[in-house]
Amino acid sequence: MSQTRKQLLVDPLVDNNPITLQVLGICSALAVTSSLNVAFVMSLAVIAVTGFSSLFISFLRNYIPNSIRIIVQMVIIASLVILVDQIIKAYAYEISKTLSVFVGLIITNCIVMGRAEAFAMKNTPFNSFVDGVGNGLGYSLLLMCVGVVRELFGSGTLFGITILDPVNNGGWYVPNGLLLLPPSAFFIIGFLIWGVRSWKKSQVEAREYKIQSLEVH
Amino acid sequence: MEALISLAVKAIFVENLALSFFLGMCTFIAVSKKISTAIGLGISVMIVQSITVPANNIILSYLLKPGALAWAGFPNVDLTFLGLISYIGVIAALVQILEMILDKYFPPLYNALGIFLPLITVNCAILGGSLFMVERDYNFSEATTYGIASGFGWALAIATMAGVREKLKYSDIPDGLQGLGITFITAGLMAMAFMCFSGVKL
Repeated sequence: MSQTRKQLLVDPLVDNNPITLQVLGICSALAVTSSLNVAFVMSLAVIAVTGFSSLFISFLRNYIPNSIRIIVQMVIIASLVILVDQIIKAYAYEISKTLSVFVGLIITNCIVMGRAEAFAMKNTPFNSFVDGVGNGLGYSLLLMCVGVVRELFGSGTLFGITILDPVNNGGWYVPNGLLLLPPSAFFIIGFLIWGVRSWKKSQVEAREYKIQSLEVH
Repeated sequence: MEALISLAVKAIFVENLALSFFLGMCTFIAVSKKISTAIGLGISVMIVQSITVPANNIILSYLLKPGALAWAGFPNVDLTFLGLISYIGVIAALVQILEMILDKYFPPLYNALGIFLPLITVNCAILGGSLFMVERDYNFSEATTYGIASGFGWALAIATMAGVREKLKYSDIPDGLQGLGITFITAGLMAMAFMCFSGVKL
C-alpha cells in the first residue's frame, strides 16, 4: 500500500506530469513565472488547493448526487481558493498584487477539477489527498523550472538575489528582456516538453501524417 | 464613446486574453486542431463572455461592493470576499441556462456549439475576464464592451492558431516536439506578433 502511495506522489512529477502530458492547468503556469518568488507562492497555493479539494471531495464522494457533482466540486474548490486568497492577501500583500487575478483563477485550473473528477470521486480520502499533492507538485516543478530560466536570464537574479551581475549595475551580464515578456514562457515550456519527451520516448505523440522517406538510388 | 472604442481595441489586440495573459490555454491548445471547431468554440466563448462580464458587474456593484447593499438597508456590509464564489456561480448558471435556451429555441446552433458549452464553465478566459473587470473597476458600459471585445480577441486567437496548426500537421517536426511542443512554440511566435500591437495609440 505504501508503495502505491509513493507512486501516487511521484508519478505526476515526470512520468505523468499534469502540464507536459495531460495538458492541464497551463494558463497560470505561464503567467506567473517571470519571478521565482511569485512562482513559489503560486505553487504553494496550487498544492494546497489540489490536495485539500481532493481530500474533501473524496470524503463527500458517496453523498454527492452524480447530476450535480460539478457544481458541488466547484463550490468546494472555490471556498478553498477564497481561503488561500485571503491568506496570501494577509501575509504576502506585495506578492498578492503581482499575482492579481491568477490566484482566483486556480478555481478554473483544470488540474484541480481534473483530479477531483478523475481520482477523488473514486478513491479513499487519504489516497486522494496524496494524489492531489502529487499533481500539485508536478505542476510546481514545471513552474519552478520555467521560473528559474526566466528570472535568471531575464533579470540575472534568483529569488531576488543577484546571481549574474547585470550591466546597468556595473556588472557584465546583459539581461535578456524577452524572457520577462509573456511569449518567452511559451518557448520555454515548448522546449521543456521537447526535452522530457526525448527522455521519455513513450510520451511522444503519433504523427498524423507520415512523411514519406526519400529513397536514394 | 471614444474611450470605449479604445478599450475594445486594447482588449482585442494589445491585451489579448489568450496570447498575453495565457487565459483559456487548456482549451486553446486542446481544441485548436481544426478551424471549424475552433471557430465554433470561439463564438461560444464570445457569447458567454459578453453575457457574464456585465452580469458579474451588476452583481459586484449592487450586492458585493462595500456599501453596495445600502438599498437593502445594510450600508456597512462588505461582501467582496464572496466575489470568487459568486462569479463562478454566475458563470456556471449562465452557461447552463444558455445551453437550455439554445437547445429549446435554436437546435442547429445547439448541435454546433453544444459540446463546447460545458467546457466553457471551466475556461479561465471567462472567469479571468470577470476578475479583470473587478480589478480594473469598470462601470457597466465599460464592462459590456470589455466582455464582447475580450471574447472576440480570444476567438480571433484560437481561429488563427487552428489555421496555423492545420498546415503544420504536414510538416516534418522532430519526434519529441510533435503535437504539444510545437503548438507551444507556435503560440509563442503568435504572442510575439501580437505584442507588436502594443505600440498602437488611439
